[in-house]
Amino acid sequence: MLQAILVITGLAITFGLLLGYASVRFRVEGDPIVDQIDALLPQTQCGQCGYAGCRPYAEAIAAGEAEINRCPPGGETTMVALADLLGRDPVPLEDQEAAEKPKSVALIIEKDCIGCTLCIQACPVDAIVGAPKQMHTVIAEECTGCELCIPPCPVECIVMVPVKPSLETWRWPSPDEENLLETGT
Amino acid sequence: MSTVQAPIWEFYGGIHLPDHKAESTRRPIAIAPLPHRLVLPLQQHIGEMAEPVVQVGEQVLKGQIVAEARGRVSAPIHATSSGRVVEIGEHRIPHPSGLDAPCVVIETDGEDRWAELPAPWPDYTAHHPDELIERIHWAGIVGLGGATFPTSAKLATGEAKPIHTLILNGAECEPYISCDDMLMRERADRVIAGMQVLLHILGARECLIGIEDNKPEAIAAMRQALDDAGVSQARVVVVPTKYPSGSEKQLIRLLTGHEVPHGGLPADLGLLCQNVATSAAVANAVLDGQPLISRIVTLTGQGISEPQNVEARIGTLVTKLIAFAGGYTPALHRLIVGGPMMGFTLHNDHVPLTKGCNCLLAASAAESPDPPKPAPCIRCGRCADVCPARLLPQQLYWYAHARDFDKVQDYNLFDCIECGCCSHVCPSHIPLVQYYRFAKTEIWNQERERRKSDLARQRHEARLARLERLERERKERLRKKKEALEKKPKGATDDPKKAAIEAAMKRVAAKKAARQEAADGAGVSANTSSED
Ligand code: SF4
Ligand code: SF4
Ligand code: SF4
Repeated sequence: MLQAILVITGLAITFGLLLGYASVRFRVEGDPIVDQIDALLPQTQCGQCGYAGCRPYAEAIAAGEAEINRCPPGGETTMVALADLLGRDPVPLEDQEAAEKPKSVALIIEKDCIGCTLCIQACPVDAIVGAPKQMHTVIAEECTGCELCIPPCPVECIVMVPVKPSLETWRWPSPDEENLLETGT
Repeated sequence: MSTVQAPIWEFYGGIHLPDHKAESTRRPIAIAPLPHRLVLPLQQHIGEMAEPVVQVGEQVLKGQIVAEARGRVSAPIHATSSGRVVEIGEHRIPHPSGLDAPCVVIETDGEDRWAELPAPWPDYTAHHPDELIERIHWAGIVGLGGATFPTSAKLATGEAKPIHTLILNGAECEPYISCDDMLMRERADRVIAGMQVLLHILGARECLIGIEDNKPEAIAAMRQALDDAGVSQARVVVVPTKYPSGSEKQLIRLLTGHEVPHGGLPADLGLLCQNVATSAAVANAVLDGQPLISRIVTLTGQGISEPQNVEARIGTLVTKLIAFAGGYTPALHRLIVGGPMMGFTLHNDHVPLTKGCNCLLAASAAESPDPPKPAPCIRCGRCADVCPARLLPQQLYWYAHARDFDKVQDYNLFDCIECGCCSHVCPSHIPLVQYYRFAKTEIWNQERERRKSDLARQRHEARLARLERLERERKERLRKKKEALEKKPKGATDDPKKAAIEAAMKRVAAKKAARQEAADGAGVSANTSSED
């Protein structure tokens, strides 16, 4: 009997120490839930959610300060994914209209560019290349379509062009969409 | 030897369909005339798009590469006749999207002159398999059964995993299509010659040639060709006509009794499958040094005047092919690329013939009726009974409809071969395969978006890190400046702030004193002028 008690106590102490050590040794850096939320956000970094970018919004959601329906680029899909992750109920998007805008990328009308570098400073993902007093260009593949470069441009030479559907991005329509189309026309 | 029938296994599911092959097999293979214009899409294969290596205005010769393969899972595009490059740009292609894609357009000069070709290798056994694979890669050969996977890349998988059995696919199970049937009837020797090259490349010890029992002429011709060539390690295996016996995994099951495991490749079982037309193309490339510039395509259906098989140059416009077969009949209802089960509707016939296009079905309303309005699923389970991939189509449908893409993958969506058996038998006329095609492409899109957003996150974080570093450096510079300033005024207070304040106070005091003196001397009127 005594032996059993001793063994159990011994085991309890050993595992307690092990767990304590592990929690210190393998402490997770950062906040995993924020990372998980951030991973679902589209990383457009546009600020339409009212935060300074996707990660700050993720932090606000994690802290329970923000609803999950504020990201227009992510749209319905992102909202539903967030609802799934957090075990919350799906909610209608705050700005449905903004969410339905076609995906676009910025294009600098190069002959009008004066090389002021203001757009470079605004771009959250460094997708604009150029130097002072030189013409600037947007790297279309890197552009997230956040539109942050548009207001700073003093000569209004940046326009948003919708991304053309290509064979790579084309997908079969769902029969549900087709039925909608048919009844709609 | 070659007439001995191996045991035939059965595959799960499948359906019996009227084969409609007779319409297009009454005439021998015709050679389509050389068109004035050839439109060569840069993407006619699975993998990376080919990269143009010619300029507009350049003269090209038949068999010259106009676009190079980009990497191993890619295929070069050859000029399919001689002439002048008149355009490199977007052109409508045969694709379910109806989108335009990059093409090289050639105006032919009618001379049909060959470019300088690599040496023919009739003694192919003297060449290392790697050399032969390289030749097949150069020839731009892709799976001609419709899969269009680059053949050289598929053969290269045989290097990592030893292949003991080559399977030649001559099943051609989809209704209406008969190009492989006609090829085997008329050019069985070519198919067998290519097969021998493939056996040599793979070091395989045997070859099984699977042909459905509704093609007696092809079976006889292939057996004859085997005898003529004196090949003992290959035999024709006649399989019962049941759709989709020509699908890779189903044919393997029929011929060997093996099931390719979920997520696995036939190569895991030491098997490799090639279409009979691909085999003939390999013979042309290796034995004659000729690239893939033409293919046999079935033109059939009640919507076409003279159904038949034609051999045409890749890049010939569909309109020209239809005209060659006597044009459309008034019965035309829908033009389909491929067969009625797996094909897709073409909305515009100004598109070129591509490497993977085995059939143009000009279907009448009776042959391809408009689908009736779908009714709710009654859970009858018929779809699951016929699914050769042993999936649960009604579950897949449910989750694809609900856009639950995790669940739909849990039900092995990606094992679906899109054969269309489930849709065909569904009493509620639910377009089941449509849902699976949608779900698959939507999942790919979401994955691509995910990769893009990961990249954007990295770039954004890199930018934030850079801005922070710049700010740190700026502060550092300021601090250094201050330190330098601090050292100069000796004997002053240690604290630079205090020193600055003291200095300022001294200046003010001096000014005040000066002003006082001036005011005392020159009166109040001069006060403002001494202000600065
Ligand atoms: S609204 Fe813009 S910044 Fe906010 S989470 Fe969505 S993409 Fe990111
Ligand atoms: S065959 Fe159609 S109705 Fe029957 S279970 Fe399948 S999807 Fe439902
Ligand atoms: S289309 Fe897919 S789900 Fe339907 S029967 Fe064929 S393999 Fe099964």
